[in-house]
Amino acid sequence: MLADIEEFYRLDRLPHIWCPGCGNGIVLACLVKAIKELKYDQDKTVVVSGIGCSSRASAYLDFNTLHTTHGRALAFATGIKLAKPELNIFVITGDGDSSAIGGNHLIHAARRNIDLNVVIFNNNIYGMTGGQYSPLTPKVQKATTAPYGTIERPFDLAKLVEAAGATYVARSTAYHTRLTTELIINGAKNKGFSVTEVISQCPVSYGRRNRFNTPAAMLEWQREMAVPVIKARSMAPEELEGKIITGELYRGHAPEYVSEYTKLTQRLKEEAEGV
Amino acid sequence: MPKDPANIGKPEVAIKDSWCKGCGICVALCPKKVLVMNAQGKAVVACPEKCVGCKMCAEHCPDYAITVEVE
Ligand SMILES: Cc1ncc(C[n+]2csc(CCOP(=O)(O)OP(=O)(O)O)c2C)c(N)n1
Ligand code: SF4
Ligand code: SF4
Ligand code: SF4
Repeated sequence: MLADIEEFYRLDRLPHIWCPGCGNGIVLACLVKAIKELKYDQDKTVVVSGIGCSSRASAYLDFNTLHTTHGRALAFATGIKLAKPELNIFVITGDGDSSAIGGNHLIHAARRNIDLNVVIFNNNIYGMTGGQYSPLTPKVQKATTAPYGTIERPFDLAKLVEAAGATYVARSTAYHTRLTTELIINGAKNKGFSVTEVISQCPVSYGRRNRFNTPAAMLEWQREMAVPVIKARSMAPEELEGKIITGELYRGHAPEYVSEYTKLTQRLKEEAEGV
Repeated sequence: MPKDPANIGKPEVAIKDSWCKGCGICVALCPKKVLVMNAQGKAVVACPEKCVGCKMCAEHCPDYAITVEVE
């Protein structure tokens, strides 16, 4: 597998540090395949990540990479895009990184519709710090901070970013590798804020506590729970309870932030020059 | 290693032992039961002749340990 995409990895850093069966390696390969298919110049591509097991992904990639601070990947990515709009920017972030500590950055990046491609590695838990529940841990599931099961309702992150202004929203799973690659490609082609949420597995900090005996059982669960969005449209809310709706969920049109900014600076320059 | 003439045109699956973390995903997802876990807890190719080259194993190996060559 690696042979097809190894030019995009820092091979001297492999094998990676992720636990046996962790979904991060699978999702990362989908992202790399997407970048390969997009034929982006490696030197004109940037991968920015926050903090968490998933965010460690940037360290394994041979692009311009930034491993930033917890929840702040989008703030760094916004700065890079404004300074160098010609770069293709991908943001790797975990469910905790993007929806808890980084939730505010997420909604405002969506509101601005800035041309960034976000891939959310959603393993439903804070993996790195040992399994605290995140805003995306499904209700009743167990975590170190919810030993009797969480009583909180999780976010529907796709709906959240759509409402906040993202112009491309998609969802897939680590099991559905080809769909994941395809959705990331389509997101990258959207000139605006694109979010692909990928349901992934953390067998160590989440699976073991929630009766998934093996990493494979978690992938099989993803396969069983996935409902393509076209099919979901004709299903009742009760039937969709606990399901993972996959595919392109939303596409919208809105002015893109960097284009607006460029127009503004252009206008001010012209005014100053008296044209 | 040159290919046995009987295997020309057949898919070939190989596992890089040093990269395998023994998660068992490939063994569970292979539709043809080509792979098994060995006594050391690593995945190995047990029945290469049954491989249909679907790449389910390689696509889902989180550690990039599997290569499937389909001619
Ligand atoms: C400012 C700050 N607060 C808290 C932490 C501790 N911390 C590190 S990773 C993490 C959560 C990661 O969860 P997630 O984003 O879901 O990623 P995963 O590890 O599951 O891939 C936390 C709380 C930190 N590094 N920095
Ligand atoms: S703790 Fe979970 S998310 Fe982190 S590397 Fe291990 S399996 Fe993956
Ligand atoms: S999926 Fe990869 S790491 Fe897991 S057992 Fe198979 S070869 Fe080993
Ligand atoms: S390519 Fe398909 S049939 Fe061959 S070993 Fe892998 S999963 Fe099994």
